[in-house]
Amino acid sequence: MYAQMVKTDAKGVKTLEEMSPEERAFQERVDRGEKIEPKEWMPEGYRKTLVRQIGQHAHSEIVGQLPEGNWITRAPTLERKAILLAKVQDEAGHGLYLYCAAETLGVSRDELMEKLHNGSMKYSSIFNYPTLNWADIGAVGWLVDGAAIMNQVPLQRTSFGPYSRAMIRICKEESFHQRQGYDIMMKMAKGTPEQRAMAQDALNRFWYPSLMMFGPSDKDSVHSAQSIAWKIKINTNDELRQKFVDQTVPQAEYLGLTIPDDNLRWNEEKGGYDFSEPDWSEFFEVIAGNGPCNKERLGARVKAWEDGAWFREGLMAHAEKHGKRQAA
Amino acid sequence: MGALEASVDRASLFEFALRMGDNTLILGHRVSEWCGHSPVLEEDIALANTALDLIGQTQMWLGLGGEIEGKGRTADSLAYLRDAAAFRNLLLVERPNGDFGQTLMRQFLFDAWHLDMLKALERSADSRVAEIAAKAGREVAYHLERSSDLVIRLGDGTDESHRRMQAALDDLWPYTGEMFLADAVDAAMAEAGIAPDPASLKPHWQAVIGEVMGEATLTVPDSGYSHKGGKRGVHTEHLGYILADLQFLQRAYPGAKW
Repeated sequence: MYAQMVKTDAKGVKTLEEMSPEERAFQERVDRGEKIEPKEWMPEGYRKTLVRQIGQHAHSEIVGQLPEGNWITRAPTLERKAILLAKVQDEAGHGLYLYCAAETLGVSRDELMEKLHNGSMKYSSIFNYPTLNWADIGAVGWLVDGAAIMNQVPLQRTSFGPYSRAMIRICKEESFHQRQGYDIMMKMAKGTPEQRAMAQDALNRFWYPSLMMFGPSDKDSVHSAQSIAWKIKINTNDELRQKFVDQTVPQAEYLGLTIPDDNLRWNEEKGGYDFSEPDWSEFFEVIAGNGPCNKERLGARVKAWEDGAWFREGLMAHAEKHGKRQAA
Repeated sequence: MGALEASVDRASLFEFALRMGDNTLILGHRVSEWCGHSPVLEEDIALANTALDLIGQTQMWLGLGGEIEGKGRTADSLAYLRDAAAFRNLLLVERPNGDFGQTLMRQFLFDAWHLDMLKALERSADSRVAEIAAKAGREVAYHLERSSDLVIRLGDGTDESHRRMQAALDDLWPYTGEMFLADAVDAAMAEAGIAPDPASLKPHWQAVIGEVMGEATLTVPDSGYSHKGGKRGVHTEHLGYILADLQFLQRAYPGAKW
């Protein structure tokens, strides 16, 4: 997940006949389900697209620490605090694996950070929404991690070896997070009237932004067709969104909460729910930097990086002196 | 256990458990404030891990406190439903985070004391105390390894990192003396063989500090002045704000289950 609208530089998906011999051999390996490893030949577009996608995913993990970190100091019990700390720690760890996976494609973590900080790379739109009450921490686990899993489970089969292996590891932890999020929602939904109201409020605010996480419909997108051919995208955005809604509606019913969509109803014929599209103009505003928390989120990351410069330089200087002394 | 409980005043033992658990709770809170804001991703991970250990230790110490008190209070009710004057942590751990150097220096000065304290508590006459100390000691040994390593590297890094680390040490130094001051509770604990006399921990702590600061090219201040009061509930202005955050939900929605 966490990757939205990743461009491929493609103008159209080439047929095997249109490809150079190298491209064709590569595509045939991908079609056979072989993994591509970092030192092997790959089309430049494949490499660039993967850097964008993995980089955006990594950035989402680290920016994603912020909305949840917002409640660590206010978590309502010691156990909830410990669970939340462990979760946010996992997310930083996911960021680390993903930056490492991107490094195998020849781009350093510092270069990617620079692009995050100067706004030329994005992170998932969802993290530009605020966490306003404790149930939001439940909703983030249940809905946001739930949507992430929907996207990441198929990506375990992605064609690029390091990305696939990172996804396998990440998915295990994400499903644990989702269960923890649902557990918070359960406590809130079965709690006092105030807690129940918080739970409903969290669902109301996070529902559509969660649907936006899959990105706008890409059934006619050249970029998506190319990514699917390369197996760095496995399903279309609409397929994943439908799957997410079908999975989540019964969970909301079990909680006794109402999904904020009057058009939501079971469609026997398609074997899935009909539901309202999110407001895509809001999505594009958020992507353009006008979401409720864009400035705070990116500002917090830039501040952390700038305030920490002396720390990183100090460690480098020590390593250099130490190395010199050892050499002398 | 019965014989032991008879030999030590229950109120003192309760007080001692609060001192241990409040230190870890408040320091864990401070450390967790960095989440997502640290200078480098590896530090975000390490700080979350440290905070997690400290919160886990809090659950054990305050859980023991509640058990000793015997009035039905749990680790959570002790953490969330006492006001500042009932907290027993050292003033050092409630100091604001400051820059990352101040956070690391605070951690190092505390870790060096904490590890020695826990090692001594592993030999406690109270088996519950000894068990918690053994478990916490393994975690804190790692905290000290990490914080001392970073203090050395930053002290002996650039001019700026050296300057910041020295400023942090100078700033925090007057808050270290409280760790070694004994009162009636400490005397009762030492007498019963439950905990060491705080003053007995000082020579080794000073040796560790001296060695690390030497390698870090930092100067240990010669001021002997100590701020004190935390152990008896007289805190700095900072604690009230920590508790306002920490306790918000429990205070705003009394009796709710989370």
